Amino acid sequence: MSFWQFLQLNWSELLGLIDQHVKLVLIAIVVAVVIGVPTGILLTRHRALRGPVLGIANVMQTIPSLALFGFLIPLPFIGGIGARTALIALVLYSLLPIIRNTITGILGVEPSVREAAVAMGMTDGQVLRHVELPLAMGVIVTGIRVATVIAVGVTTIAAAVGAGGLGVYIFRGLRQYDNNLLLAGALSSALLALVADFSLGLIQRWLTVDRKPAQPRLRKLVPVAAAVIILLVSVLLLRDGSSNTDKISIGSKDFTESALLAEIVAQMLEARGVSVERRFELGGNLPHDALVSGTLDLYPEYTGTAYTAILHHPPISDPRAVYDQTKQEYADKFRVEVSAPIGFENTFAILIRGAEARQLNLKTISDAAPHTSKWRAGFGQDFMSRADGYPGFSKTYLLKFAEVREMDLSLTYIALSSRQVDLIAGNSTEGRIATLDLFQLADDRRYFPPYEAVYLVRQDTLQRVPALREVLAKLANAISTEEMRRLNYEVDGNRRDPKEVVRQWIGGKQ
Amino acid sequence: MNDAAANHQLVQFHNVNFTLPNAPESIISDLNLSVAKGETLVLLGESGSGKTTTLKFVNRLLVPTSGEVIVEGKSTTAWDPIALRRRIGYVIQEGGLFPHFTIARNVGVVPSLLGWDQIDARVEELLNLVGLPPEKFAARYPRELSGGQRQRVGVARALAADPPLLLLDEPFGALDPLTRASLQREFADLSKRLGKTAILVTHDVREALLLGSRIGLMHRGRLLLLETPERFLASDNPQAHAYLDTLALTANAGEKR
Repeated sequence: MSFWQFLQLNWSELLGLIDQHVKLVLIAIVVAVVIGVPTGILLTRHRALRGPVLGIANVMQTIPSLALFGFLIPLPFIGGIGARTALIALVLYSLLPIIRNTITGILGVEPSVREAAVAMGMTDGQVLRHVELPLAMGVIVTGIRVATVIAVGVTTIAAAVGAGGLGVYIFRGLRQYDNNLLLAGALSSALLALVADFSLGLIQRWLTVDRKPAQPRLRKLVPVAAAVIILLVSVLLLRDGSSNTDKISIGSKDFTESALLAEIVAQMLEARGVSVERRFELGGNLPHDALVSGTLDLYPEYTGTAYTAILHHPPISDPRAVYDQTKQEYADKFRVEVSAPIGFENTFAILIRGAEARQLNLKTISDAAPHTSKWRAGFGQDFMSRADGYPGFSKTYLLKFAEVREMDLSLTYIALSSRQVDLIAGNSTEGRIATLDLFQLADDRRYFPPYEAVYLVRQDTLQRVPALREVLAKLANAISTEEMRRLNYEVDGNRRDPKEVVRQWIGGKQ
Repeated sequence: MNDAAANHQLVQFHNVNFTLPNAPESIISDLNLSVAKGETLVLLGESGSGKTTTLKFVNRLLVPTSGEVIVEGKSTTAWDPIALRRRIGYVIQEGGLFPHFTIARNVGVVPSLLGWDQIDARVEELLNLVGLPPEKFAARYPRELSGGQRQRVGVARALAADPPLLLLDEPFGALDPLTRASLQREFADLSKRLGKTAILVTHDVREALLLGSRIGLMHRGRLLLLETPERFLASDNPQAHAYLDTLALTANAGEKR
């Protein structure tokens, strides 16, 4: 499908997301201005408070946005999932530039002008209203402008906590190997940022008292253009690097299990004297692209994902058929070999709280179906949209939820255990299933297709590095689902170093 | 001092001292001074002599560390500072005009703070008074005016609410010599015509002799001398002589007197 066709088909959904995005940004900026400008004014009157308040605002700005959302979810009143949490985070991010510029603007007023105002007999409020604020307005609006452009960007992350916005397309696109989604989300949010920057720039010029000759408009576009170029170049570098003959480059997706599986191969190859380059934690479709282009030689994948998300087949539930056809097509299309199954499946696990499972005596998804009308569900972005995800799932089991939230997968577990939602679709090998006392409902109608873990390897690499075939043979059927859960938990739950966990596991196997 | 005499004194300084917390030397020491209604007192001195500080006591931009400053019979600390300042016109170097106000709005600022009606008529009158035709200047902004024109606006603004007292801090200091000379003459006429009381700060002895009804010579925070221009010229105070020597160097000094 071309990008143009995609836009025509999804026009109304995209407009809806833009609408959500704009509203989140607008509300957050209005609140941040209402808090930030008076705070800034207060700080110009109380020098002693300036350091501590600016310090706190500074620290807020340095917290990565996804982490900030993560902190907020378990908090009562201000936390939880949805637009409210996103707004709180956005306001916290927007405060610093607004407060700082309010202070800079007011303190930057010519001292003789301020003194004249006082000597004319203006009260402090009149000095502020008639002299300081009008003269500082240009600088204050610059702060609001900076905050707005940042907020447009940060709002794309808000999709992780179920607040909607253009991040829904970006996250979905990353996980689904769908450039159209990615492009629609990223381009729209970049355009929003440019529009906001340009219109606030006009307001700023209009409000600045001593107007200097207008800057050439091109100069304003320079930083934006530079950012776009850096982004494109880094993507191209990741895609087009060619493989080195005396090295093997191993990749993984951006979650623990994938990194562990990649580390296992890496260490076993190193033990056989092969030098390894690790390119772990690659998001979305990057590992696949990198493998096909030759930047990567190998990465761990799941048969169901390869079959549906990359080869674009409708989901089927026969594991043998999925494996055979994936192997055949990868060889034909990409000259990539699919290894023997590693031994476990990482499929969607429909999870509820253990306490409820015991209390209501629920074992299967069919048992739970009658209760779902009272339940809120929390699903990761890819579950909501992929062919073997939510639409077919709810139809197969005739589910009707009180509410369905789309949010970041790794946050759904906490959301479930802290009662923000009542049912989630997690990963069957997730270590936290046991530690958070979650219960996996059995897929009694066999809806979910098989997701057997395998390694994908370039055929030319197999010829170049003979040790690789030996390592992959050793890993066939080597890890059970329980074992994988335990390894995941060692890293995610016990905070151990993945390299150390893998070293120990390899030692135990020999 | 009896009440009748006090009534003639618009401003009085009683044993005024001023020190800053971390400075070893005091900025103002033992200052006693009175300004009678209708006179123009000039404070003459070099930078750092304390003359501007002295001026700022009068409209309570500063408060003495000890001693007191009486304005219209009342200590500045007993005045509501806002009410006090609205009764005192203030002119500073470069005018201190509000860059975002038009000339008309700059001139009308104190009347509008006081809630006057018919501010426009007053502004027109004042602009005519300082020689800036309103139809040409009222709608302009300060940055569109020359330094001399801005200074005239500063004077008009200070006169706007018809205050009994004017404070002028080196009002003509930043102007070229020709503009300065003509503005000085105009101001001398104006203050005589309006009968205002004024305290003017300068480091220019010629200006002091031209405009002052009395001249106070300040040095290192002390008032060394307080005399009429005639007696200032005849003084044998060494500081006064140092100033007068600079006059001898200027050819046209005699003509002016």
